[in-house]
Amino acid sequence: MSTPVLVVAELTSDGLLKPALRSVLGAAAALNAEIHVLLIGHQLETVIDEALRLPITRLLVADHPSLAVPLAETTTTVVRAISQRYSHILTAASAQGKGWLPRLAALEDVAMISDIVAIESPDTFVRPIYAGSLWATVRCLEPRKFVSVRVTAFSPLNGASSEPVSRENLSLDDWPAVPVIRSAVHEHPDEGRPALENARTVVSGGRGLGSAEQFEALLGPLADALHGALGASRAAVDLGYAPNDLQVGQTGKVVAPDLYIAVGISGAIQHLAGIQAAKVIVAINKDPDAPIFGVADYGLVGDLHEIVPQLTASLKNP
Amino acid sequence: MKILVPVKRVLDYAIKARAKSDGSGVDLAGLKMSLNPFDEIALEAALRLKEAGLASEVICVSCGETPVQEGLRTALALGADRALWVEAPGELEPLTVAKLLRAVVVQEQVDLVICGKQAIDDDAGQTGQMLAALLDWSQATQAAAIHCEGSRLEVVRETDGGTETLQLNTPAVITTDLRLNEPRYATLPNIMKARKKPIDQLTAGALGVTITARLQTLRVAEPPVRAPGIRVNSVEQLLDLLKNQAKVVS
Ligand SMILES: Cc1cc2nc3c(=O)[nH]c(=O)nc-3n(C[C@H](O)[C@H](O)[C@H](O)COP(=O)(O)OP(=O)(O)OC[C@H]3O[C@@H](n4cnc5c(N)ncnc54)[C@H](O)[C@@H]3O)c2cc1C
Ligand SMILES: Nc1ncnc2c1ncn2[C@@H]1O[C@H](COP(=O)(O)O)[C@@H](O)[C@H]1O
Repeated sequence: MSTPVLVVAELTSDGLLKPALRSVLGAAAALNAEIHVLLIGHQLETVIDEALRLPITRLLVADHPSLAVPLAETTTTVVRAISQRYSHILTAASAQGKGWLPRLAALEDVAMISDIVAIESPDTFVRPIYAGSLWATVRCLEPRKFVSVRVTAFSPLNGASSEPVSRENLSLDDWPAVPVIRSAVHEHPDEGRPALENARTVVSGGRGLGSAEQFEALLGPLADALHGALGASRAAVDLGYAPNDLQVGQTGKVVAPDLYIAVGISGAIQHLAGIQAAKVIVAINKDPDAPIFGVADYGLVGDLHEIVPQLTASLKNP
Repeated sequence: MKILVPVKRVLDYAIKARAKSDGSGVDLAGLKMSLNPFDEIALEAALRLKEAGLASEVICVSCGETPVQEGLRTALALGADRALWVEAPGELEPLTVAKLLRAVVVQEQVDLVICGKQAIDDDAGQTGQMLAALLDWSQATQAAAIHCEGSRLEVVRETDGGTETLQLNTPAVITTDLRLNEPRYATLPNIMKARKKPIDQLTAGALGVTITARLQTLRVAEPPVRAPGIRVNSVEQLLDLLKNQAKVVS
């Protein structure tokens, strides 16, 4: 049997597995090795039950009060305790993954690979560079590979393991000290909408919306009529029309919905970087020369203040 | 408090990158290069801490071949007190840059490093965290606000669900996100003055760092292109196509 691979899971604020984990497992499956999953946190019993039903071989659990808040520093210490056992260490290229995986890699003197979109072989990966304008195929010469995964690029590994998943509780001699205090968390309410990362439909707004009030009043009902998520351009976030975690693009979130509707968004390279994998792109913009029309499957030129309410009404009363 | 701001010179953000015809790399010949936007934000944050009397000196550093000095000139024109050029050949991997920066931090006795959350060319997003690890310092990545009181830092950072506030002590590494500040522009007189300021030159060898490539770029190519789309004339036509042609609306 070849050396197993390790996938480090991430938990939601309610202490459940993030759905993105299934996509990281999808990437791990391409390596044709046993998959182990590591859970890190405190009071994990509920999520352990959930994780024991994953299609994996072994579940490792690091449960300790010092791990109650996910910090890059403490996560790094825990993964480091077992990293030598694995040929590959994978995690989502999320805010958390981006925080700790480079830390671990540096401590182990291993060059890491960020944000992969394909696996060509166990040592060769494809990753976007220059805001996704180009894709680089990179071979990693390290004996062990540390990789963060763009979850929208991999199909989720569904189902459960046919064999019982074995469980190993980690007990470190030195549980990490907590060097950083998290004194506040602000997660805005999701308004009952799906998370941007997994939504089948995304309605995104840009500077063209004109104000925070118009953003919600026009796009909220459209997103809800489509059971979709809201997204935004950087300009819309900078102007305070939408919260930061809705930013789609090179330096925001990457989405891969079946339907992406860009409203009042010009289509800068940095924005397009986040929507390349959408199946169908619709653009609504009053400027017929806006670059967004260059990638849109269906383009509608006109004033969003007229078009969006019409569209929402037609969806509600077909 | 001494602050180090690592800056990278990259293809200007408004230019779309193209692959070399043989696919061996990115064709940058003759194209406009600029400071990485996140590094301009990092420099602005450092300058504001100094202007508020919280920092004594802002040092910028860039690692690479001769042209990276142009980025350092920009940083000097924006207000950095000193510039360091770490001469190193070829395209540097983030781990290598982190090792070079660690040596600079030790040599300069720096208390705080503020760097970009990612370089918009390689889009790696690794260097700051790697540097923090090598120094065994705490980190606060993707900063949207920085408050500083003596050796105590409070950093609001952007996360996947909103924001969180971290409290940590210097020495530390902070990486910047887009909304931390709006960088100033360099004035013409300052650009002229920056031309005459000295840039201290260091080498990887003198810093005790051996450079070995651990990653090999086999190919650089355009991603799969999308099929061309169509213009529609009305909301009715759009909905009809979404339902009956694309089948993404039921
Ligand atoms: C380092 C860096 C990182 C970045 N990262 C990102 C990122 O991750 N995501 C991102 O989105 N951007 C990012 N950007 C910013 C990007 O370059 C653009 O500035 C941004 O995407 C523009 O947002 P926008 O399309 O909403 O605004 P604009 O470019 O101003 O476009 C507004 C559009 O609205 C249209 N419009 C106006 N009024 C109406 C109306 N009544 N009806 C219909 N249409 C109307 C206009 O015709 C125009 O096309 C980044 C930039 C940098 C430098
Ligand atoms: N060659 C370099 N010289 C100086 N700083 C760099 C260099 N490369 C990267 N950095 C810093 O590290 C940050 C993140 O880069 P990266 O990890 O390559 O995405 C950048 O925003 C810079 O602050």
